[in-house]
Amino acid sequence: MTQALDEIKIGGLGSSRKRVEDSRFIRGKGNYVDDIVLPGMLHMEILRSPLAHARIKSIDTSRAWQIPGVHLVLTGEMMATRNLAWMPTLSYDTQAVLATDKVRFQGQEVACVIADDPYIAKDACEAIDVDYEPLPVIVNPEQAVADGAPVIRDDKENQADNVIYNWEVGDADGTERAFAQADVISRLRLHYPRSHPSPIECCGSIADFNRATSKLTVYMTTQAPHIIRAAVALVAELPEHMIRIVSPDIGGGFGNKVPVYPGYVASILASILLERPVKWIEDKTGNLISTGFARDIYLDGELALRKDGKILGVRMHCDADHGAFFSDAQPSKFKIGLLHSSFAAYDIPFGHITARGTYSNKAPGGVAYRCSFRVTEAMFFQERMIHAAAADLGMDQAEFRRMNLVRDDQFPHRTPFGFLLDSGQYGKCLDVGLKAIGYQDFRAKQAEARARGRLLGLGISTMTEPLGAGNSREYDILGIKMFDSAEIKVHMTGKAIVRTGARTQGQGHETTWAQIVAHELGIPAEDVVVEEGDTDTAPFGMGTYASRSTPVAGAAVAMAARKIRAKARQLAAHLLEVSEEDVDWELGRFYVRSAPDRGVTIQECAMAAYSNMPDGMEPGLQNMSFYDPPNLTWPFAVYIVTVEVDQETGVWDVTNMVAVDDCGVRINPMIVEGQIMGGLTEAYAMSNMQFITFDADGNCVGSNYMDYLLPTAWETPGFELHSEVVTPSPHHPIGAKGVGECAAVGGPAAFVNAVMDAISDTGVRNIDMPLLPDRVWEALTERHDVSGAPPVRSDG
Amino acid sequence: MTLIEQEQAEPAGEVPERRITVTVNGARATAVVEPRLLLSHLLRQGLRLTGTHMGCDTSNCGACTVLVDGTPVKSCTMLAVQADGHEITTVEGLATQSELHPLQEGFREEHGLQCGFCTPGMMMAAKALLDRNPEPTEEDVRWALSGNLCRCTGYQNIVKSVLWAAEKLRA
Repeated sequence: MTQALDEIKIGGLGSSRKRVEDSRFIRGKGNYVDDIVLPGMLHMEILRSPLAHARIKSIDTSRAWQIPGVHLVLTGEMMATRNLAWMPTLSYDTQAVLATDKVRFQGQEVACVIADDPYIAKDACEAIDVDYEPLPVIVNPEQAVADGAPVIRDDKENQADNVIYNWEVGDADGTERAFAQADVISRLRLHYPRSHPSPIECCGSIADFNRATSKLTVYMTTQAPHIIRAAVALVAELPEHMIRIVSPDIGGGFGNKVPVYPGYVASILASILLERPVKWIEDKTGNLISTGFARDIYLDGELALRKDGKILGVRMHCDADHGAFFSDAQPSKFKIGLLHSSFAAYDIPFGHITARGTYSNKAPGGVAYRCSFRVTEAMFFQERMIHAAAADLGMDQAEFRRMNLVRDDQFPHRTPFGFLLDSGQYGKCLDVGLKAIGYQDFRAKQAEARARGRLLGLGISTMTEPLGAGNSREYDILGIKMFDSAEIKVHMTGKAIVRTGARTQGQGHETTWAQIVAHELGIPAEDVVVEEGDTDTAPFGMGTYASRSTPVAGAAVAMAARKIRAKARQLAAHLLEVSEEDVDWELGRFYVRSAPDRGVTIQECAMAAYSNMPDGMEPGLQNMSFYDPPNLTWPFAVYIVTVEVDQETGVWDVTNMVAVDDCGVRINPMIVEGQIMGGLTEAYAMSNMQFITFDADGNCVGSNYMDYLLPTAWETPGFELHSEVVTPSPHHPIGAKGVGECAAVGGPAAFVNAVMDAISDTGVRNIDMPLLPDRVWEALTERHDVSGAPPVRSDG
Repeated sequence: MTLIEQEQAEPAGEVPERRITVTVNGARATAVVEPRLLLSHLLRQGLRLTGTHMGCDTSNCGACTVLVDGTPVKSCTMLAVQADGHEITTVEGLATQSELHPLQEGFREEHGLQCGFCTPGMMMAAKALLDRNPEPTEEDVRWALSGNLCRCTGYQNIVKSVLWAAEKLRA
């Protein structure tokens, strides 16, 4: 008898194979956009507005033109002659490419210089004289809707105020009745501060228009090259087949590299005008003050509670500050993303959410920063409200959750906002987490410490995240349905190449897609090469964000492989001289059911596809699949943190953190754990130090890494990860659910809840993130809630 | 190193220039540079050693870390003229033709990188640590890397990678 292949040995599902992409990165041989040099290439720099809101009286570029080495100075007026001063956003709004009438946020793009080298281009930017007439500034929703507020978007017809949308979902009447029956109503108001995804690599592009071929090639930092190709076709009015977008290695994305930015568009126009390659590499301040922010939502939340702890209903109102342009990249049906995934993990009969979006004099925001659309806010609001409700009822935090979480026998579970949860073992995850943290022991230790004046706290966050949009029935961006694709070509010697419409930015697709092929076809992962990011060769896809890759593109890889296996079966039957029905499959091999020793390997089938196919069969062994997921996938996680708060300083330290992630089947456990640790670190960062705020004049506080604090190896705590609970997705081809973002989504509330638990004696209900020492100290000493909403004082 | 001559072939107007000589990864290179040219730009554009990345321009992220006479330096805030006469090691100088440096192996073995952008700087900062302290504790490693930012990994595996390399170097 031949032995079946060992799936782990060939690098299939569950193998922690070392990453393929590392081999170039550890040698310093990655190929990021700034590493690319084209012959005759020029360099572009952007002049940005120093003011948050001002009328442009004049722009004088004459001194800039005189600097030797300057080839072109672009202004909004020049863009307008090509109808490119404004561009559409991914949320049916418009956004200025280069300002013409007004600047609407600090850092807005006003002019561009294209020169021989970046130093000259920067010199020339400084030689541009712009005369501004300052206007009143709006930095929060309250100011946006106040009487007499200046209208920020006076460029838009029919826009008489600063409101972008009013949106609602749920059952208002049912929720009203639930609240009427409540014994206790628990209320919480808070602000989820602005944050910036801030990959270490900033955005950039090299546009290369070739007049001889009419082809435009753009190398750029994009998580979604095909969407960019479509956007460029529409905005620049170029034929789509003459546009090639290449996304080379990307130095982190986290949602920051999904939108279309003015720098990309300006570099494209400059290349068309100059007929030379034009490179634009953003500096860090440009990245932090002008590109895709995230969060910035105000919550007014209420839970209707029965005395025994049962949640009867939930009501939320959210005010979202979108900045000067509504440029979220999100499904078009849902104005505030998937905020209504809030409370999905809890069995609550009634819910109602209202949301209002407003403009402000801040950079356009609302990207899905390491999360599915607005889900980070949804889960943070949920877990902060759950924490407050348990405290209001005087119930144990763990028991209150257990009582209300969806039970295993309730799946599939329909939430009050219409989602259908696929599967989960929530109670088991909670048990694993509580045991790992030593819950009962900690509570005893906490009481003892408190008696001696030390403040220990424990915070829990139990969350699910809707991943992998679409299905295409409900999810589209600008009308383009959200599905994804993969193509597999098996060469005659049994080696293969996989291409997908996704784009890896550190997630390790080059390693994991090959593992899916190994699982489906038995071709060793090391015999499979993966290629992504070039729209001329990759099949159409919606890109990598919102944890879509494994749920959608990864599924497409599996489905394409299954089509190949189906053809290989025909080839096997031909080679074995039996009918197809008599052939069975084991990993890597077809065999005759009645004589298992008689078999052919997948490699032999591949050779036959090119050299010995049956009469009438189309030669070759390749196929592709467009995968339109039947539902979202719903991983579940429990994050538990313990902290100690210093009463004298307000400083808090993490003493322990436990993460239990049930993300379904793990393709590569090593990579999954890497993703979880990265997410937990971002969660810690947001709760502890990382935020972007503004003073009353709209100056961005956090415009560089000296002010925008990111944790280093020194501050970042250790994490204990648990993978005991595995609930495969019932509808995903390999049972995976996606994992890259759960920890960043669910983590922040665990940290905040831990600090709130430590200072519960003060009666303080909320401190806005980040829980900076001065905020915690203020809560401890003044015994009131501490808001972090802008404007901040500009004197300190 | 003729590339430098080409790079400098189009001087822009009345720009002051300085002639400098640096030794990079063991090879001497002479260049005529503007006094304001950053060391990172000399390495990346002049010498085409693009493994040294630029992340933040303010010495915070450490992606551009190189060794100057063995000391870790953020090359985005050192002028090329300041490197005149000095020895520089970049990530491209870690491996030999046939062998990876234990740090490079360690980062792969312990999954110490994801997007790879911070990795060269991390490895150079770690090399400086291991050169002076062959037996670092976890705390030593965390402190030595506290001038380098990573947004993907959460550092835990980076620390393990460096400890892996330290052990291999001791063996």
